[in-house]
Amino acid sequence: MEFWRIPLDADTIQVSRGIVHILEDRCKGCGYCIEYCPKQALEFSANFNQKGYHPPCVIKPEECVNCHYCEIICPEFAIFSVESLQTTELKQVRT
Amino acid sequence: MQKIPMTSNKQPDHPLDDLIRTDRIPHIWCPGCGIGTVFSSCLAALKGSGIDLQKTVMVSGIGCSGRAAGYVKLDSFHTTHGRAIPFATGLKLANPELNIVVFSGDGDLFAIGGNHFIHAARRNMDMTVICVNNLNYGMTGGQVAATTPHLAKSTTTPAGNPETPFNLPLMAYACGATYVARWTMLHIRDLTDSITEAICKKGFSFIEALSPCPVNYGRRNKQKPLDMLKLYQEKAIIKNDADPSTLDIDFEKGIILGKFIDLDRPTFIEEYDKIYRPSRLQENVPELNS
Ligand SMILES: Cc1ncc(C[n+]2csc(CCOP(=O)(O)OP(=O)(O)O)c2C)c(N)n1
Ligand code: SF4
Ligand code: SF4
Ligand code: SF4
Ligand SMILES: [Mg+2]
Repeated sequence: MEFWRIPLDADTIQVSRGIVHILEDRCKGCGYCIEYCPKQALEFSANFNQKGYHPPCVIKPEECVNCHYCEIICPEFAIFSVESLQTTELKQVRT
Repeated sequence: MQKIPMTSNKQPDHPLDDLIRTDRIPHIWCPGCGIGTVFSSCLAALKGSGIDLQKTVMVSGIGCSGRAAGYVKLDSFHTTHGRAIPFATGLKLANPELNIVVFSGDGDLFAIGGNHFIHAARRNMDMTVICVNNLNYGMTGGQVAATTPHLAKSTTTPAGNPETPFNLPLMAYACGATYVARWTMLHIRDLTDSITEAICKKGFSFIEALSPCPVNYGRRNKQKPLDMLKLYQEKAIIKNDADPSTLDIDFEKGIILGKFIDLDRPTFIEEYDKIYRPSRLQENVPELNS
């Protein structure tokens, strides 16, 4: 995460983390999840699914903040995130 | 950058799988079609609203959007073209306990079905109507609709639409709807919040959800699916309580989104029972019986 300055209370802020699940064979390759992930954690996979589309894959799993946006924008019920038990303290986030 | 394979042996279910007929998924909607997103938002709202889903019915007409009734794992009704609202009205009057959600397209609700919409709103029939507005008749090949923007191309207006489209929120308000909102399928959290509010509110609620039809509208208007979403992002002006008469869809000027109307007036059933079924009115009010 890029910060212009580190917030003073950075050591008290916990950033939630998510684990992304992809139901590859439901995906139709629209790319909406990839385009609108605020952390650019997703990319098209090189693989094809059963229907011949390229589903997304997680390229930066450590970046996912469990915002669920990929989940709610997906027209196909093909991707969702669940909360990871790990959280990151904001001050540990790369700047 | 390390790519990790995400297909594990045991996939957990999608959080909305309990509300969809998973045996029919993948659904028929084209890649990049926004109907799936609006549908998913509607299911999330149904789930989050806390209403009794055993007493909830989804009703759709004909069209791509109208297929929603076939994918929801609740009681649902896939009716004839334009007649979702009359079927929904019948369900509600026969069994006033039911929560009714009408999910259908702009052509279904406002062209062939326009008359039913205006009268259900006038009567303040207790239901939530969600219109997926993709600016054309998607299912039948992209003909001009009552919502196609002026000058936009369609199969039946290849040189541009000479007509003026409906301003749907204005129409809903003018006819008597008690809740009116408009969002796009990119403004999903707002859309879900509005649908939730509408479901929990008694009276006639209307939500317009702008949604891309890349195959039939986008292709003829030089808009790829992501271009349409970028347009929603760039042109959206969020203005709650905006005057409904200012809500024309003009992508040059900007598209006003928000919750515009939220008021209360007696529903059809309340008014009907007052005059014709005073006894039923008492049954419904336990303290009057004791
Ligand atoms: C009585 C009748 N007239 C015409 C049709 C053809 N028809 C099927 S769907 C449709 C329009 C659908 O448009 P819309 O409601 O906007 O749905 P979309 O496919 O765009 O989601 C029409 C005209 C029909 N099925 N029945
Ligand atoms: S949950 Fe949010 S951050 Fe994580 S992959 Fe999805 S869109 Fe990106
Ligand atoms: S939004 Fe859904 S359908 Fe589109 S690429 Fe992502 S997972 Fe596939
Ligand atoms: S024709 Fe248009 S509205 Fe119908 S499923 Fe395809 S993209 Fe969606
Ligand atoms: Mg349509």
